[in-house]
Amino acid sequence: MKYPIIPYRIFPLGDSAITIDFGNVIDEDVNNSVFASYHQLQQHSLPGIIEFIPAYSSLTVCYDIVTVKKRVHNGKTVFESIKEWIEDKLHRQFSFDETVPAEITIPVCYAAEYAPDIEQLARTKGLSAEEVIEIHTSKSYKVYMLGFLPGFAYMGEVDVRIEMPRKQQPQNILPGSVGIAGKQTGIYPFASPGGWQIIGRTPLKLFDIDNENPALLQAGQTVQFYSISKNEFENY
Amino acid sequence: MSLKIIKAGVLDTIQDLGRYGNQQLGINPGGAMDKFAMQTANALVGNDLSEAVIELHYPASVFLFSQPALIALSGADFSASINGEPVANLHVIAVNKNDALQFHRPVNGARAYLAVYGGFEIEKWLGSGSTNLKIKAGGFHGRGLKKSDEIPFKCSIDFSALLNKKEFRVLPWSADTCFPDDSKEVLVLPGNEWDRLTVTSKEMFSSTPFVVTKQSDRMGYRLGNNPLSSISTEELISSAVGFGTIQLLPDGKLIVLMADHQTTGGYPRIAHVITAHHSRLAQLKTGDGIWFRLTDQLAAEELLLQQDRHLLQLQNACTFRLQQYLQKHGY
Repeated sequence: MKYPIIPYRIFPLGDSAITIDFGNVIDEDVNNSVFASYHQLQQHSLPGIIEFIPAYSSLTVCYDIVTVKKRVHNGKTVFESIKEWIEDKLHRQFSFDETVPAEITIPVCYAAEYAPDIEQLARTKGLSAEEVIEIHTSKSYKVYMLGFLPGFAYMGEVDVRIEMPRKQQPQNILPGSVGIAGKQTGIYPFASPGGWQIIGRTPLKLFDIDNENPALLQAGQTVQFYSISKNEFENY
Repeated sequence: MSLKIIKAGVLDTIQDLGRYGNQQLGINPGGAMDKFAMQTANALVGNDLSEAVIELHYPASVFLFSQPALIALSGADFSASINGEPVANLHVIAVNKNDALQFHRPVNGARAYLAVYGGFEIEKWLGSGSTNLKIKAGGFHGRGLKKSDEIPFKCSIDFSALLNKKEFRVLPWSADTCFPDDSKEVLVLPGNEWDRLTVTSKEMFSSTPFVVTKQSDRMGYRLGNNPLSSISTEELISSAVGFGTIQLLPDGKLIVLMADHQTTGGYPRIAHVITAHHSRLAQLKTGDGIWFRLTDQLAAEELLLQQDRHLLQLQNACTFRLQQYLQKHGY
């Protein structure tokens, strides 16, 4: 697939990373540009480029100043030379053969004891808990990025009827918890403090350090949730 | 060949330069908080600079050596002793079988490093020996060191000929100490959301000290400060953050992200501490004050290159001295 390059802005993220910002939005086309650029730059990577951090609408390139500096002699900063390299690689259309990972279905138990915030969310939105479950499982979601915690998938976008902002005070959230934050839905792979509205829990292991690919979900993947009973959850 | 923990410290972990190439999966690099001190300890014992070491917090573990070994301490000064005799940082020390290494009080700094000749025999995870406490991976079984743990060494050379029946011997040279310094000023680069701060808050940021609160750990330091004000509250979509990123929290307080930071975040990034000054940050304790001063990209890069040259020179000098010394003693 050919990718037109949408306008972007480049800024330094400290002295050892640079961010390419495609706009402060959650948008599928923007996210596709992020991943197309990620693949383009990765294919043409240079010594001293350490890694890439793709996010919703930005791509960050981490580099090692000492290694890159060995190639930079014209009085430029390492930052400027990396910036020029990025602009050169992204300045024309390029193709990106996206291998879309298979859709994955994820069982979620929405029973109250695994869903501490579902009642409150339902009440706030004038729905019943059943309706929240119905809406959350009625469509599939795209994994826009992994971040925050190992294997934490940021997915979107949820139906406007169940959109709800983060909580003001972070709570302790248990592994497998499925939550909503604004238009996003996500799953906590590990116990962590967090502000997401927890509406269920999956018995699946989202991150396994013994696996070659430790993260269950990948960016670009489509996820479909389905509801399981408490009994099914406990015997999964 | 190993060392044994006979009393556990509060948080002692195996760390190296960090785990890179996995941030796209949300796996943070981690690694030593003070990478400069960590590399200095490695240089002293003639290791590759990236070799895994033990990072110590005070109160630190008490260690017992199973066989003679060469060790070096660096970073924070926790008033170390071997069998009760004080020993200094930044020296190579030949320790004997059954020697006990312990730490008595925190004199300065927050994190000390213990390197052994040849390095520790530990299993790497995703290419790094660093301990990731959150997901219990890497280092020594993915956790902090506990009583009775035995950490094996890679090297099996018998160093008893260096000791000549003494309990331990401090070899006759040391690393110079121009790095790290104990300055409480750190240079920062403005972050992408720097201009969200009001003029008064910008001024406050660069002219008043910020205190490290006790809500500070390997993930980040919460700073106690008069709240800074922001001219925009537009929500940010999550994107990358890094070691040294200074985020503005909704209540106007600041948090500085450290080695175990999350990979992405959504708070305004008002500034970033330059890489060359991460070790200064790493050696701050609860209650310490810190001053931020703005600099530019060129200066930040130059300081890091200087630090790198210093480390390479140190490594060459140490390796040379150590090889000569070992040869002289028949190794």
